[in-house]
Amino acid sequence: MSTLAFDRALSSSRATARAQRAVRVRRCLATAGTVLLSAALVVWTLLPIYNMILVSLEPEGDVFTDHIWPRVASFESFRGVLTQGHWYLEHFWRQFANSIYMGAWVTFLTLAIGTLTAFSIGRMRIRHGWLVSNAALMTYVIPASFLAIPFYRIMQNYGLANNLWSVIAALVAFATPYAFFVFQEYGRSIPIEVDESARIDGASPFQIYRSIYLPLMAPALVAVGTYAMLLAWNEYLYQFLLLSSKSSMTVPVALAQFLNSDQSPWNYMMATAIIYAAPPVAIYYAFRRRMTAGLTMGGVKG
Amino acid sequence: MDTASVVAVGRPAVRRRALARYLRGNLKGGEYTWAVAFLVPYVAVFLTFVVYPIVYGVWMGSEGKLYRELFSDPIYQSSVVNTVLYLALGVNVKMFLALLLSGFFMRRGWWMKVLLMIFILPWAVPQISTFISIHWMLNGEWGFLNNVLYKLFHIEGAYWLNDRWSALGAVIVSHIWKWTPFWTLILLAGRMAIPLEISDTAKVDGATGVRGFVHITFPLLANLYLICTLLSTIFLLGDFNTVYFVSGGGPANSTHVLGTLGIRNAFDMGQPRLGVAAVMSALPLVIPLVIVLMRKLRTAEVQL
Repeated sequence: MSTLAFDRALSSSRATARAQRAVRVRRCLATAGTVLLSAALVVWTLLPIYNMILVSLEPEGDVFTDHIWPRVASFESFRGVLTQGHWYLEHFWRQFANSIYMGAWVTFLTLAIGTLTAFSIGRMRIRHGWLVSNAALMTYVIPASFLAIPFYRIMQNYGLANNLWSVIAALVAFATPYAFFVFQEYGRSIPIEVDESARIDGASPFQIYRSIYLPLMAPALVAVGTYAMLLAWNEYLYQFLLLSSKSSMTVPVALAQFLNSDQSPWNYMMATAIIYAAPPVAIYYAFRRRMTAGLTMGGVKG
Repeated sequence: MDTASVVAVGRPAVRRRALARYLRGNLKGGEYTWAVAFLVPYVAVFLTFVVYPIVYGVWMGSEGKLYRELFSDPIYQSSVVNTVLYLALGVNVKMFLALLLSGFFMRRGWWMKVLLMIFILPWAVPQISTFISIHWMLNGEWGFLNNVLYKLFHIEGAYWLNDRWSALGAVIVSHIWKWTPFWTLILLAGRMAIPLEISDTAKVDGATGVRGFVHITFPLLANLYLICTLLSTIFLLGDFNTVYFVSGGGPANSTHVLGTLGIRNAFDMGQPRLGVAAVMSALPLVIPLVIVLMRKLRTAEVQL
């Protein structure tokens, strides 16, 4: 009787041990799988970025060799870019300033126009606001590059070619719809009674907009501001078409000039590419959380 | 006669008041002016920089003769094939990877957070920087890829960008590399939004692993996935940078897509109308996409 119970207890404990081992093996396999997949993802993700760093660290003669890690890390090409010491980079700082100028204006105008539109439609509930929302929606889903040729012609007709403001105008036109959607969506979380009580106290719509709406919208402003900045920084086609002189160019246009020549100064180009990539990467990591929230707030935009 | 004139005088006033009420809704006079003033900047930008170029473009590409010339161009024909391949493979492989990876990133732990931060880099780095890096990496003689292949495996790598299909493949892979992180993030947010109770209940009922994904997770994500796929299709259709920097449309103009071909025709060949025509020929695909997307986005408002 007692031995029977003991046997049963023994066998059941063996069964549990076996089950536990199976669980442990499965967990081990899962961990191994995770590690493998993680490693593969890291290599895959960093490959082109590593290549960028590698080439930028090579002295000029070493670019055309078969190294897969830098023999001697040389910061000569970075110095060359920063001191404009190479013929290809004569106007680097001017072009960098142009990029910043353009990015800053695109960000500011996108935020200003986006909030004004969202305030009028979402908060003041202007009649027929849906017409404007639809216009924005349509702009949002039309590929910007499809309008590049007529846009270029128009700007030329008005003598605005080779002017940074023509690029700013195009980018603002294509960035504002997304901004508007995020603001609309975020604005829903702010009770409309806030506006109404201010109105009863005699505040004009502009006062409500400036002193109540904008401060409450701050998180959405950060998200959209980052987005607009990155959009301007990523854009190439309009800048390439509209900016042709060395002093009005932005960094991407200058960078791409020598892409297809046989004697491309690759180490300088990669150093420029890294310097150009630094601000958006820094901004992205600084505002990462806000940005992700913004992406999921009002829609999706690449 | 008399009555008619009374009516004629009386009517406009009534109509004006009705019209004012119709336009203003519940806003009072001054407020209505403000609301309109707030809309003016966007409407002005929209009309000048979106509607005007559209109308101008349609006018530029409105001759039938252009299309006859375009369709008989062999470069155009191969561009259409490339565009279709680019769309079919680029969008679907990328979205499917993003769907799987978003499930992977649902795991907990500090390691996953670090990995996600690294994984997102391709999206944060500007397109031009990464694509010219890939361009040089694929160089047949001195590119990093062939150096690695030779040093580690003693394989002589190909001249990747000198062959139409491998060059097109490089473009597609570059696109996937660049944009998978972004869509993974979006789908990850979609997965996070699924209430815990649902997945917990499903687990209790035995829907774990693949079955849980097929019967619970995917049906809940399906709408988001569809919208993302459509949006990604239209963004990809307008893509210029990837092709331009990675393959440059070469070798011998064999890897152009409609976006880059339009620019080539307009600026390298000096035939802007032919360039517009190349872009316009995508309209039979663009218009249905835009209509479906507008309807989807308006009703769903992409609630994640």
